[in-house]
Amino acid sequence: MSSHLKVTGLTTTFGRGDEAVHAVRGVDLEIEPSGTYVLLGESGSGKSVTARSILRLYQSGTTITGSITLGGEELTTLPERRMRELRGSRIGMVPQDPTGALDPLRSIGAQLMEVLLVHRIVDSKAAARARAVELLDRVGIADPGRVVKAKPHMLSGGMRQRAVIAIAIACNPDVLIADEPTTALDVTVQAAVIELFRELQERSDMSLLMVTHDVGIAEELGGEVGVMYAGRLLETGPIGEVLATPKHPYTQGLLASLPSPGVERGHLKVIPGRPPLTGETASGCAFAARCPLVTDACHVVPPALVRVGTGREAACPVVNAPDEGSPATVSGFSAGASEELSA
Amino acid sequence: MTTQLLAAGESVPEAPGRPLLDAQGLVKVFGTGVRAVSNVSLTMHAGQTLGIVGESGCGKSTTAKMLLRLLTPDEGRVYFDGDDIHRMKGRKLTELRRRLQVVPQNPQTSLNPRLTLEQSIAFNMTAHGYGAAERRRRIPELLDRVGLDPSYARRYPHQMSGGQLQRAAIARALATEPEVVICDEAVSALDKSVQAQVLNLLSDLQAELGLAYLFISHDLAVVEHISDRVAVMYLGRVVEEGPADQIWHDPRHPYTATLLSSTPGLDHSRIVLGGELPNPANPPTGCGFRTRCPLATDECAAAWPALMVRTPDHYASCIHDEPVTLMRDPASSS
Repeated sequence: MSSHLKVTGLTTTFGRGDEAVHAVRGVDLEIEPSGTYVLLGESGSGKSVTARSILRLYQSGTTITGSITLGGEELTTLPERRMRELRGSRIGMVPQDPTGALDPLRSIGAQLMEVLLVHRIVDSKAAARARAVELLDRVGIADPGRVVKAKPHMLSGGMRQRAVIAIAIACNPDVLIADEPTTALDVTVQAAVIELFRELQERSDMSLLMVTHDVGIAEELGGEVGVMYAGRLLETGPIGEVLATPKHPYTQGLLASLPSPGVERGHLKVIPGRPPLTGETASGCAFAARCPLVTDACHVVPPALVRVGTGREAACPVVNAPDEGSPATVSGFSAGASEELSA
Repeated sequence: MTTQLLAAGESVPEAPGRPLLDAQGLVKVFGTGVRAVSNVSLTMHAGQTLGIVGESGCGKSTTAKMLLRLLTPDEGRVYFDGDDIHRMKGRKLTELRRRLQVVPQNPQTSLNPRLTLEQSIAFNMTAHGYGAAERRRRIPELLDRVGLDPSYARRYPHQMSGGQLQRAAIARALATEPEVVICDEAVSALDKSVQAQVLNLLSDLQAELGLAYLFISHDLAVVEHISDRVAVMYLGRVVEEGPADQIWHDPRHPYTATLLSSTPGLDHSRIVLGGELPNPANPPTGCGFRTRCPLATDECAAAWPALMVRTPDHYASCIHDEPVTLMRDPASSS
């Protein structure tokens, strides 16, 4: 079995008819074995919904279309029973909030052993217990013998997140999906957890799909990035290159708006308005309402991703237009504070 | 009461103004002996921003609450314009509350969900004796000033986005013409593209109205951007304080250096700490950072070092003169 994950034309819709919320609208992504793919976006962009759709964690009332293959096997049409076997064994998941992810009444050890026994990684309780201690050690917990017996409330946030990661990797998954796994942690602890993800990947050919809003974390991890906005990918490519020479006006605006040394106070570059809410619709490009380069054509159809360099794509006809390689730089973002918010 | 808030501001004096809010030796111990804040002294000047940065549990919000008179310190004093705020009564206290306002962290919960924006702002103004005519005149002006269309006056919080709510909370704070505004993680809940808008707004308002900000955040990049001076807190104490750019470019405490290197994406050689914040109910002896500090020596177990002058105006509480050079040199390979 290979760990090649390929998502094609993924759309996720909550509800039906007039009530339908189109959270993800046609996402393509591909992760090679041991590769890293970062879905970067702000709240409501559809990045978490994309990740959860791959695991088919949505039930009734949700329509997922498109194709998701893992090592060539189509997941969208798998019976739920088979899908259940696959979750946790071939695809591991690390959610944002470790406190909510753990059962407060059971020890960390019991929760780890459950995964190992259910997926028949080991065949006895004794072996499961020994493996649980090993796994806690592997995720950098200093005193695994004690932690294995601890209940979640006895651990700090960082330790809990390490325990959740231990559960997620217990079955040596082909793919690990991590949804903002460090957002609830302090920065010094966050740095150590990001380091842990990198180490875990180095020691196996597990691939990693990381969902984050934090440009810095994307940069730390490396690999490929997909910048999401209003349910679509607006720009993709190797992280270093995308951050160094962003092509899409949204990526450019997002990077320019981050405070960094040397930017005078009160002069941060600003994208006017706010990101659209989940499912909020626009007739053409969803970023058009905030874009300094907007043209009439932008309001007609959502632009498709087109090649803008080696391994790079962007969904903007304006910056893509004439000659590839010399990126148009958006200078239209104002450094003023008080522009009117679009209602 | 002056009513110059919305008049096109005169230029704010460049030099650090008079000390406006001055905290000396604050100590707060909770319940069973959790020393949330130990011996914290901070001085805020008119028209300037003091940033406080630190991780959860470092005492930054407890400090803010003592400065706002929402908590009584066990030891130490807080002076506003020369008067001890914890001894104020009656008129003087009301006046303090008018001059000292807060923009809280979570815009979703800091405004009453059952009041329109106009009612929320009016509530604050009425409490400070503004009459109906003045409220009617100033509320649209305030909304306009924070970048909200005056039609938002009739909206309820659930009809606004996070960025709009935070602008509304700023408008409410400014309604009483304060001199000091305490911003406790005021931009942390916002999306990055919206966060920049609110940071610029806060800076513009400061330049126009001469406000002093206490800007509390866990995000060092944001604090560096908006502050004149920065205090770094760890385990209830200020471990370093100095001009914002010096804290950023020339940190003098190992913890500050670690925070900087932990900020993802910054081009620093990474310092990854072992362990986590110690339990404030049971702190280590001596320097509270020594259990995680790569430079810790036996001497560090003796006592928490006092803040010592590093360069004029820049203080750090570490026995090493140049801890950061020591930390970076051995591991500068990466």
